[in-house]
Amino acid sequence: MDLALFERKSEYEWHIKPFGKMHVPGVIFASESLLREMDAKVYEQVTNVAMLPGIVEASWAMPDAHWGYGFPIGGVAAFDAEAGGVVSAGGVGFDISCGVRTLHTGLRIEDIEAVKTRLADALFHTIPAGMGSTGAIRLDAAEMDAMLRGGARWAVERGFGNAADLERIEEGGCMSGAVPAQVSDQAKRRQRDEMGTLGSGNHYLEIQQVTDVYAPAIAAAFGVKQGDIVVSIHCGSRGLGHQIGTEFLKRMVIAAPGYGIALPDRELACAPINSPLGQDYLGAMRAAINCALANRQILTHLTRSVFAQIFDKMLPQARLPLLYDVSHNTCKVEEHKMNGRTKKLYVHRKGATRAFGPGHPDLPRELRDAGQPVLIGGSMGTASYILAGTEQGMRLAFGSACHGAGRAMSRHQALRNWNGRHLVDDLEGHGILIRSPSMRGVAEEAPGAYKDVSAVVDAADHAGLARKVARVVPLICIKG
Amino acid sequence: MAAAAHWEHFPHQADVGVRGLGATLEQAFEQAALALTAVITDLEIVAPKEMLQISCMAPNVELLLVDWLNSLIFEMVTRNMLFSRFEVHLEDSRLTAKAWGEALEVARHHPAVEIKGATYTALKVAQQQDGNWLAQCVVDV
Repeated sequence: MDLALFERKSEYEWHIKPFGKMHVPGVIFASESLLREMDAKVYEQVTNVAMLPGIVEASWAMPDAHWGYGFPIGGVAAFDAEAGGVVSAGGVGFDISCGVRTLHTGLRIEDIEAVKTRLADALFHTIPAGMGSTGAIRLDAAEMDAMLRGGARWAVERGFGNAADLERIEEGGCMSGAVPAQVSDQAKRRQRDEMGTLGSGNHYLEIQQVTDVYAPAIAAAFGVKQGDIVVSIHCGSRGLGHQIGTEFLKRMVIAAPGYGIALPDRELACAPINSPLGQDYLGAMRAAINCALANRQILTHLTRSVFAQIFDKMLPQARLPLLYDVSHNTCKVEEHKMNGRTKKLYVHRKGATRAFGPGHPDLPRELRDAGQPVLIGGSMGTASYILAGTEQGMRLAFGSACHGAGRAMSRHQALRNWNGRHLVDDLEGHGILIRSPSMRGVAEEAPGAYKDVSAVVDAADHAGLARKVARVVPLICIKG
Repeated sequence: MAAAAHWEHFPHQADVGVRGLGATLEQAFEQAALALTAVITDLEIVAPKEMLQISCMAPNVELLLVDWLNSLIFEMVTRNMLFSRFEVHLEDSRLTAKAWGEALEVARHHPAVEIKGATYTALKVAQQQDGNWLAQCVVDV
C-alpha cells in the first residue's frame, strides 16, 4: 500500500480524508510495516464502505485487514437507522457469527504429555470436521426453530453444557430478535446434518498451552496462568449461515436501486435498516448468530466428553469451564458515544472482534473490571492471543479489535509451496499434532501462508484497540 | 478461432477464483462448474455416475452465474455429492442444466475445503476479443 494515500494521525492510526461520495473518513489501524504490506484493495474497500448511506464516524479497518467481499476482512462500520442507515449482508459475510471460544481445562502441560496422541485421536474421532462430515443431532422443524431462537441457551436446555457457560458468551448465549420464519427452507435443509460440526478452511479445534502472560491482573481475572492448557474452537454458523448470506446478498443487490442506493461494489449489497428487506435480513441474520452459538456449544459438549473419557479418573477437575466466546462476523445493535451523546447504532464487524472496555454493562460481573476477553486465532503452527477490550478502544472504533492473522498468500500459492504430509510431519517434530481428513487442506492452511499474528496483535495493542493479555501455542490441532 | 473449452483458478488473497472459458456462454458456465469442483478435489477421481437436474433464474447473466454455482454448492452439501460433468442450457435469464457426479467419499476424495458460497467479487461474464466466452467469480471457502 502506498503510504502517501494516508494522513498519519498517530503511530498506529492512518486516515483517509473523505473524497468523492465518501460520507466519513476511512481509518486503518496498523503499524507502518503492516500497512505497507497490506493489499491495495483494502484502501478501495474502506473508501467504498464510507460511501454507504447512514454510516457514522468512520469506515475502520483493523491491523489484520485484507481483501474481502465488499467490506475488507477486518472492517468495522456503524450505521444510524434514523439517518437512513443500512444493514449489509456483504458487511456481515457468508459465515455469519463465525467466532472463537476458549475453554479452561485446569490441566498443565505435564498432565497432557503422556496422553497427547490419544487425546488428538479421540478428538479427531469425536469432532466432525471437514466437508461431508455430519453431526449426530437431527432437528425436526420445531426444534430447528427453537434452536434458531435460543442459540446456546437452547443447547444448554437440551443438555449440551451448563448455565454457567451462558454468562461467558456474548448476548448471554442467545441473540434476541431472531426470526426463524425469515430463514429459508433451503438454509434449514443445508443445516440438517451440520449441527455440531467444525467445518473446514481456517476453522479448527486446538489444544493450546499458555506460554506468556503480559498483563497479570487481567490474566488473573480471566483465570489464565502461564503453563495452563486451554481449548480453543474456531467455527461459525455452518451451512445455514452460508445460505442466508447467499440469498440475502442476491435480494439486496436486486433491491438496492429501488431504495435509491448506488452500490460502489455489488458485494456491498445492503438495504435500509428501516425497510422490510433490512428487517427480514436482521431477523434471519440473528437466527444464524444463534445457530453459530448453538454449534459452538455442542462442539464444547463433545470436547468435554472426550476430556472426561481420557482424564476423568485421574483429573476430575477437567470440566472445561468457558473463558469466553466471541463472534467476529456480525451486525449488532449497540450504544456508543458520538459527540457526547449516546446513540443506538448498527455496528457491522466483518472479520473483527467486539472488544468492550472495562465497566461495560454487557460484560459478566467477574470480567467487568478487566474488560472483554478478545480471542485472536493464529495459524496452525504458530500462536494465538488473548486480549482485553479497553476504554480507549471504545472511542477509537466503537469497541472493536482484530480477529486473526489474516492470509498473506492465496490457497493456490500455498499449494505450490507446501506439501500437507510433510507439513504434518514437520509440525509433529515441533510437538504439534495435526489431525485432518485432507492433506491438501492442511497445505492450503500452512502457517507460512498467514501473516505474522504477533505483529497484528502488537499493532492492536499499541493502537489501543485492545490490550495484550496472554499468548498461547497449539499442541494439538483438529483441522477441517 | 475458439480454443478448446477449459477452466482455471485465479488467486484471491483469502479464497479462490473460478474461471470457465469456452466457445459459447453455456460452455463457459460448464467449465466454471468444473473449476468449482476442482477447488474441493481432483476432477479425475469424481465419477459421473448419477445425474441431477438443476435450474435457476436471475435478472442478468452475471447474477445467473453466481446462482448456478450456488445451486451446485447447495446440491453438493445437501446430497453429499461431488459433480464432474455438466450440460448447461441458457435461455434469456433462465438456466437449466444436468450435472453428473457421485456420492462424496472422504477417504477417497479427500475434500480440501467445503465452499461456503459463490460471491460477486471479481464477477465477470463476457465475450472476449477472440470470440471466446469467459465466466468467473471468487468463491468463499
